[in-house]
Amino acid sequence: MTKLLINGREVEVTADPDTPLLWVVRDELRLTGAKFGCGQALCGACTMYADGAPIRACVTPIESVAGQAITTPEGLEGRVAEAVRAAWEKHDVAQCGYCQPGQIMAAVALLNGKPTPTDTDIDEAMNGNLCRCATYGRIRTAIKTASETLQG
Amino acid sequence: MFKDNIASCVRSLANEESVALDRRGFLRLSVGTGAGLVIGAYIPVKSATSGQAAQAGDAVFNPFVTITPANKVIVLSKHLDKGQGTATGLATLVADELDADWSQMVAEFAPANAALYKNTFFGVQGTGGSTAMANSFEQYRKAGAAAKQMLVAAAAQAWKTDASKITVSKGVITDGTNTATFGELASAAAKMPVRDTVTLKDPKDFIYIGKSFPRLDQKAKVTAAPVFTQDIHLSDMLVAVVARPPRFGAKPGSVDAVKAKAVKGVIGVVTIPGGVAVVASSTWAAIKGRDALQVTWDETDADKRGTAELLEEYKALAAKPGLSVRKDGDAEKAIAGAKTVIDAEFAFPFLAHAPMEPLNAILAFKDGKATIWSGSQLQTIDQSVAAAILGIKPEDVAINTQWAGGSFGRRAVYNSDYVAEVAHIVKALATDKPIKLVWTREDDIKGGYYRPMYLHKVKVGLTESGEIAGWHHRIVGQSIMEGTAFAASSVKNGVDATSVEGVSDTPYTIPNYEVEVHNTKFGAPPLWWRSVGHTHTAYVMETMIDEIATRSGKDPVAFRLAMLEKHPRHAAVLKLAAEKAGWGTPVADGVARGVAVHESFKSFVAQVAEVRIADGRAKVDRVVCAVDCGLPINPDNIVAQIEGGIGYGLGAVLHSHVTLTDGIVDQANFGDYEVLRFNEMPTVEVHIIPSTEPPTGIGEPGTPPIGPAVANAVAALTGQRIRTLPLAIHKLAAS
Ligand code: FES
Ligand code: FES
Repeated sequence: MTKLLINGREVEVTADPDTPLLWVVRDELRLTGAKFGCGQALCGACTMYADGAPIRACVTPIESVAGQAITTPEGLEGRVAEAVRAAWEKHDVAQCGYCQPGQIMAAVALLNGKPTPTDTDIDEAMNGNLCRCATYGRIRTAIKTASETLQG
Repeated sequence: MFKDNIASCVRSLANEESVALDRRGFLRLSVGTGAGLVIGAYIPVKSATSGQAAQAGDAVFNPFVTITPANKVIVLSKHLDKGQGTATGLATLVADELDADWSQMVAEFAPANAALYKNTFFGVQGTGGSTAMANSFEQYRKAGAAAKQMLVAAAAQAWKTDASKITVSKGVITDGTNTATFGELASAAAKMPVRDTVTLKDPKDFIYIGKSFPRLDQKAKVTAAPVFTQDIHLSDMLVAVVARPPRFGAKPGSVDAVKAKAVKGVIGVVTIPGGVAVVASSTWAAIKGRDALQVTWDETDADKRGTAELLEEYKALAAKPGLSVRKDGDAEKAIAGAKTVIDAEFAFPFLAHAPMEPLNAILAFKDGKATIWSGSQLQTIDQSVAAAILGIKPEDVAINTQWAGGSFGRRAVYNSDYVAEVAHIVKALATDKPIKLVWTREDDIKGGYYRPMYLHKVKVGLTESGEIAGWHHRIVGQSIMEGTAFAASSVKNGVDATSVEGVSDTPYTIPNYEVEVHNTKFGAPPLWWRSVGHTHTAYVMETMIDEIATRSGKDPVAFRLAMLEKHPRHAAVLKLAAEKAGWGTPVADGVARGVAVHESFKSFVAQVAEVRIADGRAKVDRVVCAVDCGLPINPDNIVAQIEGGIGYGLGAVLHSHVTLTDGIVDQANFGDYEVLRFNEMPTVEVHIIPSTEPPTGIGEPGTPPIGPAVANAVAALTGQRIRTLPLAIHKLAAS
């Protein structure tokens, strides 16, 4: 049994302690917002937070985050998250959409730390999140829009 | 993707066009081949999975349009939407003719039923070749117009007034005294007889077509809603991953499954034609089970050649005459008598599509009926392949098409490879539990179905004044279409049109032009990859033309324009892109511009790339693009597709290649199969040529020009003409 704190709720899971968080969350807890893209910490599709910091859930054994507050895309809430989602809609960012939960997690984490990011800050924060539809330009624009909304 | 005849299938924008109904109540369409629109007679079986099963009270107007009592207009998309905005585009066509309010529009996928939902260019239900808008443009407008006519008739009956007094605007029906929503009148309207004509709008009256509206799937995707096959959980569902042979063509030999079966959650191990499947109660258990599996492969038929050996073979072939594709005049003679000869050899690597959602499909087989959940791109073929394996009829295979997390061609497979796998697993297990087949990223990168490796050998003779005297061109590589259901329309006398498209039909006026092709065989199956043959042919043509211009001391834009006199649409995009990019004006230090223009899928695209060299690598700062894709249905979606097409193509040109050593793929995941990352995305500026020509493709045409535009800028900066891709294997140095 491993005790996890997912989106503010405590759950006990029976998976082996070395099972990646992503598969426990997707297959056992049926929260499918975080996606499987590479399984090797190379694409960012599986991004979740552990105590507020982005992690690659596909390579994070559950035992390593027991007791930490895990946030999945479904549990992402608050002013910054709302501003980011609204900006994504405004700029019609998603194409296939598969990478977008991870992109949004990364963008919200960036704005939490740096409310008015520079282009370089954005590059650094987003470079680990692949988008095969290449929506990168719109993501950049949407991050700036969200930042302005939050300043306003 | 497929050789089509869009021009003949889509007439000019029908203006007040009337369409007759035949006696059986089938609306006869004037477009395409048998694009029959059945009105009022058919109840669609809606996708059970998206949780949107047809509700009691929903009014079905025709196979494409359903209106709910809650006043939603559901448009059933016969095309897969894998990110290209297709479903929203089709809903736009219906919404416009129906005079619906945008907020009431909903897009869902149609069931698999080729009789109702075939791609009128393919004859089967399927999406590809950037044909979605072109083959549906009139069909979906007519569906919307027919539904509106029935709503008006119902209103006239309810209000005892003449239909001519009734107007419809933004989803509200009124005769000046009474008003009603679509939802209020829908059930009465759906019972109305279909009148014998539908009148389509004059394009000047379009309310949505030609304007940018947000995608109908945007909200779901931004809120991480479970819309993908990967997200589906069915009760009792098991997950399968498959161990496939390291070399193409090998088969499972002996299997030691003891350790695999010992993994917690593993339920079974079964051998199928292409590999060995590990079936488990969860994805992770299946993956771990596969890691523990020991398979000895039968390599009797394995292809053990690596890319180095293939390249040698291709070079040897390129030295010999191939199948004749085109012969204007006498190229060899003209080259022999030329002042200067450019002799160039280009090599293009295998490319994986690597859609963000790794391949997957769910199949449940019970009581002789199968149901598939998949981002299905060729429903009719998926149906028949699964049916043949399961021993049932294709009509007993239902498909719930899901939003696909990308495809770029990979989900449209002539042999339905991954659907076949899951069908074989279900059959081998003899289970009535749903099986979800999951490919890992490694399976995807190593799994074949690549953009084939190609070699081009080009010899161009130039006259004293730098004009082209003769051009001889040989292409060597696997035929994508040969042996598939699409061969009949794409392969003539052994020549696969998709191997040579973009070269064989060059718009440039070139005297003494000769094109030949050699078809090769290799174990890794080939497949169309976003823009198919144009992925390599545009690169060769546009870098060669650029090199010739530069060598002749001519401006690359002016040189092209002089040879495009008979092609005004090419010339127009080229001029517009050059003008908007400030072609000929100074650029920042260390930056150079490169240009390319190419037609694909009946659309015309020109791009100017601004490039600099940093740490030996090309860095693209900005791309200015002009596009003519006929009538722009949703301009912002056109911009998005051009941005995406550029990013997808740029990633490949800069970084991507699949190589093989002794028949084994060297790459495994995004660490060694590199694609475009965030900080490499250029600023993209898109200019759309206003047009009233029929709409043409947009999902693919943005991809071909980016490679040559960047390579031409690199040549301007470094003097290096890069003829072997990707660019990353070359060390670039600004001269
Ligand atoms: S799935 Fe975790 S980083 Fe790609
Ligand atoms: S939107 Fe398709 S991968 Fe990002």
